Amino acid sequence: MSWAHVGTVILAAFLASLVEFVEALTIVLAVGTTRGWRSALIGAGAGALFLTVLTLAVGPALQRIPLASLQLVVGVLLLLFGMRWLRKAILRASGVIGLRDEAAIYAKETARVDRVPLVTSFKAVTLEGLEVIFIVMATGARGLLVPAAVGAALAGSLVVLAGVSLRRPLARVPENTLKFAVGALLSAFGVFWVGEGLRYPWPGEDLALLGLIAGFTVIALLAVAAVRRSAAHASPVHVRRHP
Amino acid sequence: MNAVATALRDLWGLFVEDASLTLGILVCLVIAAFAFPALGLRDAWRGPGLFVLLAVILLENVRRTSRRRG
Repeated sequence: MSWAHVGTVILAAFLASLVEFVEALTIVLAVGTTRGWRSALIGAGAGALFLTVLTLAVGPALQRIPLASLQLVVGVLLLLFGMRWLRKAILRASGVIGLRDEAAIYAKETARVDRVPLVTSFKAVTLEGLEVIFIVMATGARGLLVPAAVGAALAGSLVVLAGVSLRRPLARVPENTLKFAVGALLSAFGVFWVGEGLRYPWPGEDLALLGLIAGFTVIALLAVAAVRRSAAHASPVHVRRHP
Repeated sequence: MNAVATALRDLWGLFVEDASLTLGILVCLVIAAFAFPALGLRDAWRGPGLFVLLAVILLENVRRTSRRRG
């Protein structure tokens, strides 16, 4: 077995796993910043623990879990959750719903262990982690599981470090702006996973996610502009504007 | 029993706030899963088609809500 071969396996597992880890990190960062770190990290930790136990207990039989079914179920749940959030963020940004009440609710929710970030982080880490396990098994076939696992572990460490450094800058972004972005992100992930679960090929494969995120953001911004404009026409004096 | 009912209500609230939005999303998913293949829509267009349906549902819901509250 040449070093070139081993190096190729490490690189392939690293790059493929990096995509999955970044997808999980995006969701954990998003829900952690908007709904509280404690619950998001508990969910992510529980997901990682669940995967570890599953890997140890089931091992190679994991390859037989129907990933498409899991993607479909998680995709539908993320879509319902993400679009509900995006709708509310649009209504608040356009002044239909006030911001003050939401801020009080947000403060109350972040003070305790919240089920939303916990469940969302758990699902994201579990699903993306399962994909990493499949990647390691696929790239590490023919006796190269250890180099493939090393590649995946390097990718995971890099993404965790990036997450720790991004946490503080994200905390300074206004709450509704973040919720707006998180709604677009979760909706995009939901549509993507539903498509994957239904076995529809996405143009550009994983890169389609960027297009979906951009698409939901543009749609939401258009909705805010349209609601503000119609409110201004209806009652110019009472329009509330929020950043 | 109360705890179970509260837990179920909380779980329901995670995903359903406006029943018409939830129903609209589910209808879009059913269309994507069954109508797109039946209509012979090309594979590569089914995912983007689902996105377009969902975008329309979201815009319509926001428009209706803002009119109701405005």
